[in-house]
Amino acid sequence: MIDVPSFAELNLEVALPGIFLALFTTVLLIVDLFIPKDRKITTAHLTIGALVVAFVLNLPAFNAGETAMNEMFIADAFAGFVNMIVITGAIITVLLSVDYMKRSGIEHGEFYSLLLFSVSGIMFMGSANDLIVVFIALELLSIPLYVMAALRHDDVKSEESGIKYFILGAFASAFFVYGAALIYGATGTTNLPEIFRAIAGADGIVATENSAMIYLVIGAAMVIVALGFKVAAVPFHMWTPDVYEGAPTPVTAFMSVGAKAGGFAGLLRVMIIGLPLLVVNFGDAVETMAIGETITVPSAWQTALWLIAAATMIFGNFIAISQTNVKRMLAYSSIAHAGYILMAVAAVGTVQITKVAENDYTMVAVYAESALNGALVYLLAYTFTNLGAFAVVMSLENNDGSGTMLDDFNGLSKRHPLTAAMMAFFMLSLIGVPTTAGFIGKFLIFDAAIQAGLIPLTIIGVLTSAVSAYYYVRIIVNMYLKDAAVTDEAVGLTPYVNYATIVAFAGTLIFGLFPMLALDLLASSGAQIATLLF
Amino acid sequence: MVPLWMFLTVAAALFVIGAYGVLARRNAVAVLMSVELMLNAVNINLVAFWRFSDPVASVSGQAFAAFIFVVAAAEAAVGLAIIISVYRSRYSVVVDDVDMLKW
Repeated sequence: MIDVPSFAELNLEVALPGIFLALFTTVLLIVDLFIPKDRKITTAHLTIGALVVAFVLNLPAFNAGETAMNEMFIADAFAGFVNMIVITGAIITVLLSVDYMKRSGIEHGEFYSLLLFSVSGIMFMGSANDLIVVFIALELLSIPLYVMAALRHDDVKSEESGIKYFILGAFASAFFVYGAALIYGATGTTNLPEIFRAIAGADGIVATENSAMIYLVIGAAMVIVALGFKVAAVPFHMWTPDVYEGAPTPVTAFMSVGAKAGGFAGLLRVMIIGLPLLVVNFGDAVETMAIGETITVPSAWQTALWLIAAATMIFGNFIAISQTNVKRMLAYSSIAHAGYILMAVAAVGTVQITKVAENDYTMVAVYAESALNGALVYLLAYTFTNLGAFAVVMSLENNDGSGTMLDDFNGLSKRHPLTAAMMAFFMLSLIGVPTTAGFIGKFLIFDAAIQAGLIPLTIIGVLTSAVSAYYYVRIIVNMYLKDAAVTDEAVGLTPYVNYATIVAFAGTLIFGLFPMLALDLLASSGAQIATLLF
Repeated sequence: MVPLWMFLTVAAALFVIGAYGVLARRNAVAVLMSVELMLNAVNINLVAFWRFSDPVASVSGQAFAAFIFVVAAAEAAVGLAIIISVYRSRYSVVVDDVDMLKW
């Protein structure tokens, strides 16, 4: 009745980077027991080694376009790119953690295992080709993060951030599976390309009279709600500032880029591969079309994402202005940046319908490719920039967690000129000034949104970017134009943190000056998705 | 035979009760139980959808339900650990007491 595939048919080598990392982490948990307490730095070195190996293993998997485990898992350029983003981010996070964990007295070997589990979850998310895998990956990336947020267990704030993140994360997961169950009920499959085919229908157009439509619409809505929680989109962002402020800073740094990359990878997979052609209420428009005519309609979820993206950009940027704690300001800025990426996701939902012959239509999500490129390059730029900004915040942070207020940046350019210069560059990249990676990301996303006809949304995006300049530039002003009241030493400015800052700076600069590096890597992913669509 | 819509209604009711519990209960353990209720509502949905689709063609509904059991157990383990850790420092598992961080 059920075919059990042979081991060779599972095609596991395609999933090798993620599988290697997950297995290595399991071993690392045991190895760590034999490493004496005062030499936990060995665990950190092993972790970095494993991440480098996973990075190398990822290179051949890139562009393979092959599926594994009965088409539940796919290794394409999208997956390879997400893997690269998250592995680089994790390496920087480990560099940031080494000294921080020690000086704040929470050095545990388990931290690195938890980090690696979360990383492998994000890697599986990037390669997910099935709703079940999306769900497992979502949990694999979230559950370690709940623990990591609460890691500073002598600090009530950290505990509080852990329990808040846990309750809201579990709540969001339940929404995700409920939505996935409804999509499964409507289409009879959990495989994303098959969901796509079931929605598009044999003749290329959805049967609007189908009662399954209501399941699909509710299902898509619940999936958007759940992943909106994970990427911290307004109005599902309530946990973000509290969790980001309370969690240990390296964990916050990883959460703000890793969990976000994972959430967006899942959202893009489900929306671009599974549900791009979910269109309702176009019956009248289609009936009056002449043969050969083409019309553009929004898919059922585009308006929802449009509103969420606009609210996220406006809310995130305006609340960030009033923050005096830089960690909390970066939390709100991370909410705002989720809004820009959501703009790209919304751009996917513009669908072109062409009437080929009588009762014969084709539907194509024409802007999926440019939107995908924009979202991924933005995530890459954001990863480098934000980790760099957090690295600088961490180097100023005292052992008890204080020292992250805006005034603590006063006169930094005199005390630590290099760090101040790099921080200024990160801030410019977060605004989106040319020559920084942030500019390239914003440019590609605005470009995709304009192509897709989301002009008002693009205007909101540009205006809120201008607003964001206020609070980012304020840090630069504090660093360069104000004198420090206190001249205490930046205790966190250790060699490891310096390496991390320089790596982040190099990434921000290189991808800002040579954006083609990233776009070339992505060139074939668009092609693969386009073949799927046609 | 019991029709599909009855299963879906029960599942939706359980899900809503669970969601209400998460939002309204003040005890963290009760919140955790409510989350489990939501996940089990999904399991009913999945198995019902599987039963009423072509049962032989695909077992993904059942497989999905099995995965949800496992993940729910893992989530409960981590959640209870965090709740115990909070209890040790504050002698309370009431969510409203956990309110140091506010904007």
